[in-house]
Amino acid sequence: MSVLTFKGGVHPHNDGKDLSKASPIADYIPTGEIAIPLAQHIGAPASALVKKGDRVLVNQKIGEASGFISANIHSSVSGTVKNIEPRLVASGDKVLSIIIENDGLYETVPVTDKRSADELSKEEKLKLIKEAGIVGMGGAGFPTSVKLAPKNADDIEYYIINGAECEPYLTSDYRRMIETPELIVKGAKIAISLFKKAKAIIAIEDNKRDAVAKIKEAVKGDPDIEVKTVYTKYPQGGERSLIYATTGRMVNSSMLPADVNCVVNNIDTVYAIYNAVENKLPLTHRIVTVTGNAIANPQNFRVPIGTNLAELVDAAGGFTEQPEKIISGGPMMGMALYNLNIPVTKGTSALLCFTGDEVKANEPSNCINCGRCVSVCPGRIMPARLSVLAQNGDKEGFVALNGMECCECGCCSYICPAKRHLTQAIKSMRKQVLADRKKK
Amino acid sequence: MSDLYQVSSNPHIRDKSTTASIMRDVIIALLPATVFGIWNFGIHAALNVIVAVAVAVIAEAAFQHFTKQKITIMDFSAAVTGLLLALNVPPSFPLWMTALGAVFAIIVAKQVFGGLGQNFMNPALAGRVFLFLSFSQQMTSFTYDGVTGATPLRLLKDSKEVTGLSKMFLGTEAGTIGETSVIALLIGTVYLLVKKIIDYRIPLYYLLSFVICMILFGGHGFSPEFLAAQICGGGLILGAFFMATDYATSPITPVGRIVFGILLGILTAVFRVFGPNAEGVSYAIIFCNLLVPIIEKYTVPKMFGAVKNKKEV
Repeated sequence: MSVLTFKGGVHPHNDGKDLSKASPIADYIPTGEIAIPLAQHIGAPASALVKKGDRVLVNQKIGEASGFISANIHSSVSGTVKNIEPRLVASGDKVLSIIIENDGLYETVPVTDKRSADELSKEEKLKLIKEAGIVGMGGAGFPTSVKLAPKNADDIEYYIINGAECEPYLTSDYRRMIETPELIVKGAKIAISLFKKAKAIIAIEDNKRDAVAKIKEAVKGDPDIEVKTVYTKYPQGGERSLIYATTGRMVNSSMLPADVNCVVNNIDTVYAIYNAVENKLPLTHRIVTVTGNAIANPQNFRVPIGTNLAELVDAAGGFTEQPEKIISGGPMMGMALYNLNIPVTKGTSALLCFTGDEVKANEPSNCINCGRCVSVCPGRIMPARLSVLAQNGDKEGFVALNGMECCECGCCSYICPAKRHLTQAIKSMRKQVLADRKKK
Repeated sequence: MSDLYQVSSNPHIRDKSTTASIMRDVIIALLPATVFGIWNFGIHAALNVIVAVAVAVIAEAAFQHFTKQKITIMDFSAAVTGLLLALNVPPSFPLWMTALGAVFAIIVAKQVFGGLGQNFMNPALAGRVFLFLSFSQQMTSFTYDGVTGATPLRLLKDSKEVTGLSKMFLGTEAGTIGETSVIALLIGTVYLLVKKIIDYRIPLYYLLSFVICMILFGGHGFSPEFLAAQICGGGLILGAFFMATDYATSPITPVGRIVFGILLGILTAVFRVFGPNAEGVSYAIIFCNLLVPIIEKYTVPKMFGAVKNKKEV
């Protein structure tokens, strides 16, 4: 069997997964206030359905999707709404958030619909997924109900489940796969039932052999679900790389996966789909890997959305040493945080605490034209040239040289021997070009 | 506030290799040829190596000091340039001329264009060509075992006879300090390829196109002996693996590297067959260096998922 992969990419020097991969997912009970941002997804922020002083229950809808690309927000605890105010989130923006004083009673909204997934129609399933506020949990946060209802739903051939987890240090999807493989498979069945002829592909990197075995066991005998082992390489779990590795089809920046008859969802998103359709439960919790060399006991927690990140550090035994850098997400694509007073959102896959900062430790120097950035770029573009165009503010030249194809995976900056900030330059130029396009 | 952590854009981790580690690897790869050259030619060769490296490093530091720039000699790139220049001069070459060549290479070919990565011509080869044009007599006088004579490549050109192929492979013959021993150079090349410092494309296509051109118009048809002598003789191996692959002066696009290699092979063959000199590698490389921008312009990689009629967003 040939190895399924893509061209380019990098093998980060320390995958760090051993720190947390053996620790089972532990339920974390928050102690402090809960801050639930109304924008945890791509698209329009949800509008608040509660006001200061209201009592809310677990799973109660507290934010209503406002627009086609938007998502509902639910409370993860029971308690009283203390305030609705802008709060800092991981991206560095201030987002209007519902602040809830947790009463610790966990009084839950009762589920009245007792039907199982098999008894529901396509429309009912989609409605449940939309109602549950599910968004892509790999980090991008695209509303899942929109993804699952493309215009060409009947033509979709492959529903690809991303279990690659190619980011170093992250083990949340891995734990999900080995702890509840049968629920992932059930979620996959629900998802493919939304399409006329789609087959599911569960793609897992070959460094997670036990997860492959468990999922294969759970899939056994199902002709519509195939488990595919993909080569361990970053960014194997990037949407475009994964579609290419599993189907040989190519998607560029101006296309959607549905254009090549594919839909991609993350492992945890599929779990959320199962939970929403089978159990009628909204998305209120997620698994967060708390790890890094500054953390005493690196591990995985199942965390109510809105929990303060500082609490998770304490829950993982606190710091062994003062960290220099804190990252929400993986080391390749995550966001650096300047403080810990930030809530867990639907896209928070990990909290990484490092005692040193490799970026600060490496001063950028002259480009030596080695071409490594070109050879690792999964988008097959030329980061060294694009970053110069970006720094010169040459928007036309940047677009002409396919600058918009960048997926911001960070491989070019990672590999650069001159330690240049290639991804950063290209990323900010892309933002400017996108903003200009919006204006028109 | 004491509680503020370091922030930066992604990615937050970096590969271990640096400019300095790459340059160090190039120096390591050149060591077999350097040591062989010194063993083969004696003390004066050693002095040339020392002078070239020292002067190159000092010239870079001095230039950067007087132009108030950050001193970058610790990236070892100046040392690589000095070493390559030394390997490209005859063993008995006067030391002051070597020093002058090193100054030219670093200051004129490299620093005035903006330093590392900004030069459009391989500095060591620019230095060599400068010396060749200024001191052609000294640059073409080769002494081996106390006898002043021609290089095997020169003999081949003049007499059309292949002589001493095994000596050419081992390197026990007249030539510049570092070019004679094919075996020593290949040991270094294997190191560079294993450490992934150089891309196989440039040397592979260089040698292939050179061999094909030599078969076509070398005047000997398909003669394995003649071809082997052409490959082992002169600076072809040194040039193909260590000079043509210089990052700053070769294309960064994969297809561009193939085109670059093919052009080098053609030009080297043309210079060797039709030119007045037996040697053609240096001129071929610095001429192709000048073509790099245009090669890159027409070899931009096809982006992932490119479609014929690109949809406008």
